[in-house]
Amino acid sequence: MSTELLARITASLVDGDPDATLAGTREAIAAGLEPLAIIEGGLVPGMRIVGDKYATGEYFLPNLIVSASGMKQAMALLEPELKARRQELKSAGTVVIGTVRGDIHEIGKSLVATMLAANGFEVHDLGVDVPVEAFVSRAKEAGANLVGLSALLTTTMHGQKDVVEALAKAGLRGRVKVMVGGAPVTKKWADEIGADGWAQDAVAAVDLATRLVAQA
Amino acid sequence: MRPTLKMLSESLVEQIVAEGVALLRDPGVRVHNEEARRLLAEAGAEVDQARLVARIPERIVRQALETTAREFDLFDLDGRPAVHYGGDDVHFDPGSAALAILDPETNRQRVPVTADFVRLMKLVEQLPQIDAQSTSMICGDVVPEIGDLYRLYIALNYIRKPIVTGAFRTDTWWVMKEMLTTVAGGEAALAARPIAVFDVCPSPPLLWSDLTCQNLIDCARAGIPAELVSMPLAGATSPVTLAAAVVQHTAECLSGIVIGQLARPGAKIVWGGSPAAFDMREGTTPMGDVATWMIDCAYTQVGKRLGLPTHAYLGMSDAKVIDAQCGMESAGGTLLGALAGVNMISGAGMMDFESCQSLEKLVIDAEMIGMAKRLIRGIEPRDEPIALGLFQKMGHRADYLAEPHTLKWFHKELYLPSPVIDRATTDGWLRKGATTAAERAVERVRGLVASYQPRPVSPELRGELRGIATRAAKQFGMAALPPLPDFDYV
Repeated sequence: MSTELLARITASLVDGDPDATLAGTREAIAAGLEPLAIIEGGLVPGMRIVGDKYATGEYFLPNLIVSASGMKQAMALLEPELKARRQELKSAGTVVIGTVRGDIHEIGKSLVATMLAANGFEVHDLGVDVPVEAFVSRAKEAGANLVGLSALLTTTMHGQKDVVEALAKAGLRGRVKVMVGGAPVTKKWADEIGADGWAQDAVAAVDLATRLVAQA
Repeated sequence: MRPTLKMLSESLVEQIVAEGVALLRDPGVRVHNEEARRLLAEAGAEVDQARLVARIPERIVRQALETTAREFDLFDLDGRPAVHYGGDDVHFDPGSAALAILDPETNRQRVPVTADFVRLMKLVEQLPQIDAQSTSMICGDVVPEIGDLYRLYIALNYIRKPIVTGAFRTDTWWVMKEMLTTVAGGEAALAARPIAVFDVCPSPPLLWSDLTCQNLIDCARAGIPAELVSMPLAGATSPVTLAAAVVQHTAECLSGIVIGQLARPGAKIVWGGSPAAFDMREGTTPMGDVATWMIDCAYTQVGKRLGLPTHAYLGMSDAKVIDAQCGMESAGGTLLGALAGVNMISGAGMMDFESCQSLEKLVIDAEMIGMAKRLIRGIEPRDEPIALGLFQKMGHRADYLAEPHTLKWFHKELYLPSPVIDRATTDGWLRKGATTAAERAVERVRGLVASYQPRPVSPELRGELRGIATRAAKQFGMAALPPLPDFDYV
């Protein structure tokens, strides 16, 4: 019975039906399933399948986002349950993310933020046109171990370098990793400005973030 | 609203039909087939038995247009309707009867063999954009006399989609018919649910050879659809003015309809063709020329005016390798043919003036076909009001990507290409090997062919088909057929 229910939750994420994900999660809680079992056995496998389907070309960006939104909503239901049991979901990491100063492009950054949140990261999304200092101060406050910097223009990508330097000046580079992304951004650019990593898309960004946090 | 292309004014269409009908009377049609001349004479045409010319009065033409089929379906081999000839429905099949294949290893043409044709069949089965199969290569590893029936024999072992084919002789048509009736489960079943259409080609100007005329008559009598492939060459075998080329096409096709309807009223006959402009420098027949496309679209309009199912050879290129010219020419014809509402557009994969088939070009063409099909679905409101509620909910936020509205509609609204089309960032493209479309096409062909799953066909049926083909081969001095990949024969 519980196996069937968890499989249904997984399928709802794969099908991109957040309402069904929520309903399934509610049903599972009511049936007395452990919140951790619901997450590990229902939600996480669903997101993994969606990510795989995106990587092979079967799924597209809207599929990713809608599934991630289903995951997020289900997690909001489960968090009080975890708290009530004095359990804690081990955070995958704390990320401060934003599009750098002078650049108002939101789509790529939000996509990565959504995917990170859906994969268990605590995400602080600062939005677009974010001043250098804002990244530094929020990283400090939140105790972040990762900063994600987006830029869509060749004219604004230098802002990524400014943030890397400001983090170093603030003495945070020892515990905060930096990942960069955006259309003109390459692995070579990441190396050049002393960032720790670069990923080609939102699914790869989750893998990269997981790897970087493990090193932090 | 569906976007459409009209090439001719209504009055010009009327004039073209009137002049086409007049041509059938004077100078008349040359008919090199005795039975057709007899049918025409019996119906009241004035037949000059010495010069083999039939002068057909308008009355007979009008009568034939009354009885000819307005529309019909082709069925797949599982018995489901798959292609609708009629109205403005648009379908695509690969170009037919290539003498050569473009070898992706050498980038040069060579003679195709059984294994190449089998790969092509598997590929077409796996390409969702392509609606019908085509006997689109002539295999060099069998005697030329069975070149036509051998293709159909191979095809029937591998395909599910209906097939556009044709015979090169009068006697081999009967062998092909036997194969089709064997697969369909009898003559009546084949006539009720045809799985194949035969191309029959008048010769320009205004000539029905004995062979093609007999094929037409035999198809009509058996209830097998025939596709007229009239091919005026503007400036060579027809007048150079495009309107005159369409007049000649009209006359040739009308004469085909007359002969078919005299053989059996109600016969299914398609108003089709493969006309071309004539290249005035090289003396060749460019299929990628804008004038070629214009003649095709214009005669399609004439056929629709007469209420007939239509066909055209479009979406081909005259290039010898997969280059910019190849893409440009194939895209032009594909788009225009779709906009003109041609029921069956043959040509995908074809290059070098309809003489060379390329599997790699075929998968590139399939992307263009997907886009052309999207184009003619047009722009619909989808909702009423279109999206006012959504706009107001979103305000000035730009994250439509995360909206359920996007997930609901993007598959229907957008054409989603295969990886043959590169839309990566420059860096992404470099990372994936910095490939050209032709190189990515090689990969896609490999992947699709490998993922082919054969349609379940009983060993008995396969054996019967092989028996029919082998008997024909023996008749022409070939003791045994090459083995078919995937299937063992004892």
